[in-house]
Amino acid sequence: MGDAISRPGRAALPSRKVSLVALYSALVATLAFVLLWSITSGRYHVPFRTVLTIISAYFVEVKTTWTPAEAIVVEAVRLPRVFAAAIAGAGLSLCGAVLQAIFRNPLVGPQTIGVASGAALGGVTVIFLVGFGPLVPMGAFAGAALALITVLAIHRNDSLSPILTLVLAGVVVSAFCSALVGLVTYLADPETTLQVIVFWLLGSFASATWPQLDLIGFCTAIAAIVLIGMRWRINVLSLGDEEARTLGIDPVRDRLILLAAACLAISSQVAVSGTIGWVGLIIPNLARMIVGADNRQVLPVSALLGAIFLMAADTLARSLTPAEIPVGIITAIVGTPVFALLLRRNTRVGGS
Amino acid sequence: MIRVHDAGHWFRQENWLFRKLSVTFPAAHITAILGPNGCGKTTLLRAICGTLALKEGSIEIEGYAGFVPQALYADQAYTAIDMVLLGRSRYLGRFNVPGRKDKERAYQCLDEVGLLTVADQHYDRLSGGQRQLVLLARALASDCGVLVLDEPASALDIANQGVVLRLLLRLARSRELTVLFTTHHPDHALGIADTTLLMQRDSTHIIGATELVLTESNLARMYGVPVHRVDVHSEGETAAAIVPLHGLHRTKFRAVGQSGV
Repeated sequence: MGDAISRPGRAALPSRKVSLVALYSALVATLAFVLLWSITSGRYHVPFRTVLTIISAYFVEVKTTWTPAEAIVVEAVRLPRVFAAAIAGAGLSLCGAVLQAIFRNPLVGPQTIGVASGAALGGVTVIFLVGFGPLVPMGAFAGAALALITVLAIHRNDSLSPILTLVLAGVVVSAFCSALVGLVTYLADPETTLQVIVFWLLGSFASATWPQLDLIGFCTAIAAIVLIGMRWRINVLSLGDEEARTLGIDPVRDRLILLAAACLAISSQVAVSGTIGWVGLIIPNLARMIVGADNRQVLPVSALLGAIFLMAADTLARSLTPAEIPVGIITAIVGTPVFALLLRRNTRVGGS
Repeated sequence: MIRVHDAGHWFRQENWLFRKLSVTFPAAHITAILGPNGCGKTTLLRAICGTLALKEGSIEIEGYAGFVPQALYADQAYTAIDMVLLGRSRYLGRFNVPGRKDKERAYQCLDEVGLLTVADQHYDRLSGGQRQLVLLARALASDCGVLVLDEPASALDIANQGVVLRLLLRLARSRELTVLFTTHHPDHALGIADTTLLMQRDSTHIIGATELVLTESNLARMYGVPVHRVDVHSEGETAAAIVPLHGLHRTKFRAVGQSGV
């Protein structure tokens, strides 16, 4: 076509496909490596070979060569913990990526829509009233759902900038929930519940058990199916409501479905391990630096990177010092400088 | 064919942008929409595309409109081909992603606007003219019968204005598309539009064959500025230009480099 702003040529598709396959292979390999490293690491020494044998016993017949103590450490303590960390990291990063896309803001995280704070308030309230137990996750669910409903009620569809008001509503609800969490913490008995509340709020996988793993695994899997399934719709929504409508898509209902799914994953994570900041904010940005803006790649890559990151952070948290460091502190220490770099980089790109 | 009946809209309470607007845009024709700033041109386009509900009146449209916006702030950078692929979204279910056929169609549309070379480049790194063409390709990819463009050539240099205008003309003829575009350049309307709609704030709207509507007196009345029409015959082509007299009172144009001689 001579009548063109630039001359036609051929597009280089195959190389991109090959590099994607390489990328996913590398991510899965890293995931497997970090998984084995995490199971091997810890105060109680279990040899790497023994870990491999215990795990392979799930799939094939192997002769029992390990001690009962080793089996308990690997199966009852480390496996649920490591899996919970991986699933939580994947869920948070996935939700973060989706929220950043639909709110068109790379600085948004799972905390922004108020779900994490709502879940924290729900959990803390239950600990305060009846103590730590199976009711805590339900409290977190209720709190998260309530926070989301409140955010959506404050936010009005007919406002001038629905995207901005939704984020602002999330900030308002978050601040309110944080204030109430502060109140409950202040009222809590320093001898008993206060410690539990503080530790739960900072986030820890130390208490992860198989039933808890079922909870977070089930909720995150459902959310992941919905979120990754709607990856192209998320691309459409990321252009803004007006653009989505001109492309023949009703953004309101899609956004509701996405928010509900994200709420499910985030609240189940908070219920199992307390609020963990920064993961859902920095990991999607890293994923976008690697694969570009297309959410067909950003979502799965975010999930894999998030699983790797949080699993490694949790392993460091429990093996760096004799006393366990809350994992939220590790993610914040790693997350804030990375976020600062991202901020600089984003503003520079935006300015050019 | 698009039938607009008694349309009216305001953004600030009862401050009507336009009112009692009844026009029919003929099928397979190119129609230009001219009017002073703030007369509601873009609003009318958005209403036709169904992204804005009018305060008054109704719009009937056969099929649906593919919209090419004026400027798009893509804060998340998709590649050019992905941008075009987004035009296929209305055919995809909630849990579907574009398949091979969608991709073929997208490449075809990108080829049609002559931008196959930049398929894998990021949209926000393209030039203004290329972005405009990518958005045009995106609208084409949605297989719409009506193409609606908001000032498609306004932000472009004169060579690229020509590229876009020729492209619109070719598309309208070859695909029998109904094309609607707003512009502040009467020359562009005279260049390619079969029909022209003049919108005015006092709700006296004029629609008809471009040559009959874009007269010196109509334009002078609409913009409140005296204008002259100049017809240029050169290189076997005839072009019309509308020259406004802005009251600048320059006595004489000197050739560059000859001043002071």
